[in-house]
Amino acid sequence: MSRLTVAKTYKLYIGGSFQQTESGRSIAIVDVKGNTAAHMCHASRKDFREAVEAATKAFGAWSGITGYLRGQILYRMAEMLEGRREEFAAAIQVTGSITPATARKEVDATVDCLVRFAGWTDKFQQVLGCANAVAGNFYNFTVPQPQGVVAVIAPETPSLLGLVSLLGAPLCAGNTTVVLGADANPIPTAILGEVCQTCDVPAGVINLLTGSKKDLLEHVASHRQVVGIYAAPLGKKERVIIERGAADSMKRVRFAAMQGDDWYDGSRVSSPWNIEPFVEMKTIWHPSAC
Amino acid sequence: MTTNAQPDVAGWEYSPALESTKVTIEQKNKLFIGGKFVTPKSRSWFATTNPSTGKKLADIACAGKADVNAAVASAKAALPKWSRLPATERAKYLYAIARRIQERAREFAILETMDGGKPIKESRDVDIPLAAQHFFYYAGWADKLEYAFPGAKPSPIGVCAQIIPWNFPLLMAAWKIAPALACGNTSILKPAETTSLTALRLAEIFQEVGLPDGVANIVTGAGDTGRILAEHKSVNKVAFTGSTQVGKLLMRETAGTGKKLTLELGGKSANIIFADAAIDQAVEGIVSGIYFNQGHVCCAGSRLFVEESILDEVVHKLKHRLSSLRVGDPLDKNTDLGAINSKSQLDIVKGYIATGVKEGAQLHETTNQRLPSRGYWCNPCFFTDVQPSHTIAREEIFGPVLCVMTFRTPEEAISRANNSPYGLAAGVWTDKGSKIFEVAKKLDAGIIWCNTYNKFDAASPFGGFKESGYGREGGLQGLRPYVQLDTALGRKN
Repeated sequence: MSRLTVAKTYKLYIGGSFQQTESGRSIAIVDVKGNTAAHMCHASRKDFREAVEAATKAFGAWSGITGYLRGQILYRMAEMLEGRREEFAAAIQVTGSITPATARKEVDATVDCLVRFAGWTDKFQQVLGCANAVAGNFYNFTVPQPQGVVAVIAPETPSLLGLVSLLGAPLCAGNTTVVLGADANPIPTAILGEVCQTCDVPAGVINLLTGSKKDLLEHVASHRQVVGIYAAPLGKKERVIIERGAADSMKRVRFAAMQGDDWYDGSRVSSPWNIEPFVEMKTIWHPSAC
Repeated sequence: MTTNAQPDVAGWEYSPALESTKVTIEQKNKLFIGGKFVTPKSRSWFATTNPSTGKKLADIACAGKADVNAAVASAKAALPKWSRLPATERAKYLYAIARRIQERAREFAILETMDGGKPIKESRDVDIPLAAQHFFYYAGWADKLEYAFPGAKPSPIGVCAQIIPWNFPLLMAAWKIAPALACGNTSILKPAETTSLTALRLAEIFQEVGLPDGVANIVTGAGDTGRILAEHKSVNKVAFTGSTQVGKLLMRETAGTGKKLTLELGGKSANIIFADAAIDQAVEGIVSGIYFNQGHVCCAGSRLFVEESILDEVVHKLKHRLSSLRVGDPLDKNTDLGAINSKSQLDIVKGYIATGVKEGAQLHETTNQRLPSRGYWCNPCFFTDVQPSHTIAREEIFGPVLCVMTFRTPEEAISRANNSPYGLAAGVWTDKGSKIFEVAKKLDAGIIWCNTYNKFDAASPFGGFKESGYGREGGLQGLRPYVQLDTALGRKN
């Protein structure tokens, strides 16, 4: 007799725990064969607010630890993802006609992407910051500092690599994050929480939501505790919603330029110039005299 | 209640030391478009006045839509050639501009003081030298941009609309134009309505050094001119210095247009004095922090946080220092505080002082009997017994008004300093090195002055956190708002 597979219940990942959406709403995900693959949480505004709350609480600790430690935690995330290659490759293939080889290529690129960002945690300061030769007896230097809570709006494809590419930049600099994953295939987003849970990323540093990005855009753009938004390339209508909403609390907004194969260009994705929008430059003066 | 300190503590007077060089001003000041001074198509003019006398200095052209269109068209036409010019040649134009500003420094300083009201010693020693330094500094970057952006290929953004305020007119023009041109962009500058004269004289220098026509244009006018310019379809980049309110408006209006935007906005900067600081130096820092340029400074140290144990000493010394500040004719070389820039700004400052008294804070001010009878004047003052909820402790006053508050622990000082939607600058005064760095690290502000205040330099980035805007001006980071970066290295993996 064939054994009944125990299917996973997919949840939101908020404040370091797996939660059902408070709304009780779900979205059915249909696989390539037309079968219902899963019912995913349809995150509400309240879920988003709760995630921002968790990310705000986590900011002090995450931005306060050393770059060396943050780098090791991100590297650990890569290790955990590597160990789950098959599960993620299968998840990527659920809704689209993606070959197993392409799916594996995406997972591998995602692991490498995390390795790249893990390496930036104690180096971007040296590339983006500098000492300034002012005309006077002063020590003057400019250092980049993380901003706070950054919302990440992932592209539809590649669902896993795109998400992690946009997540890595603000994360490695010490920002905490709330991620809106791909709508069409939210399964990689949902199971990424399991990687976060086992890689020593403190609770609240990464929060993962699934559902409908469109439903939450306006809310993300206007939430005053969100200081930055890193979004996949979006249509003009969505860009207007985000940029207008961002004006009131003067959020730092960046739309990624990556498209198609660009996501697989590791040096482009993990360029320090993608980290730079999510740090604030602080310039410190001190007189030099006896 | 008002307490008055006595003037002239030394017991003797300074004789007037008036700047005597005469500067000629054209009666009708035209727009600078396509390398020429042109009569406005709008046929509209407005008067610019000397705020220390209230008298009209000259007429300034008010650019309308057709004028702005012409300026943008000329900047667009000049772009291909300017951006492709060998970078060292671009640099040489900027070096030449810097040199001409130095050569004509006295003329610029006097004009700045006459048009804006700031003391001649500030325009002479701060504004004009720094403006020249900015052109000189960014000139040198023009042919070194690849070194500024490792792993990326920088290219110009295009036509830049640059809108500046009235508090540092020539200096702000330099902050905007120098990096834009160094990076290969072309510019249309819109000076503030009340202070156009030095920008137009800068245009004379552009002509003198033979800057190619259309590379830098100057359209004068009020807010409407700025709005038309920022909204123009051929503008690729908007750089604005001014109020947070207008900054937010620009964010909304440019939403979805793909225009790049940088904003240098308001502030309510904290100046924190610990008990272990060198108190006399700190008091000097408080004074230069808030009374520099009559407090018309976006990074003014307008919230003073004093460690509780030294409050009496600091207030005593501050009163003493306040009594020796000289308010009066900005062209007098001994003047510490000049005129308030305009009648409307004076009304705003007076309104805040009245609100401070009404809400229960205690006002301390000098009574300077020598204030001229004409023009716009405000004695420097400070408030004690200020609550964090008071209007004067929360809103940007942009005048010589200081709020004094206290704290007990470094944590309290940091949290109160950060309790503001603004995050432009902050000051920290202590003799303990480790404390300086810890506090500096935790303050949410773009510039931290440690045991000093209000220091500026072309090599030092300036700009804020939070609602004080985004983007930096000055230094290496000041190039970033004027380049597009291609981060593809051609290394696929």
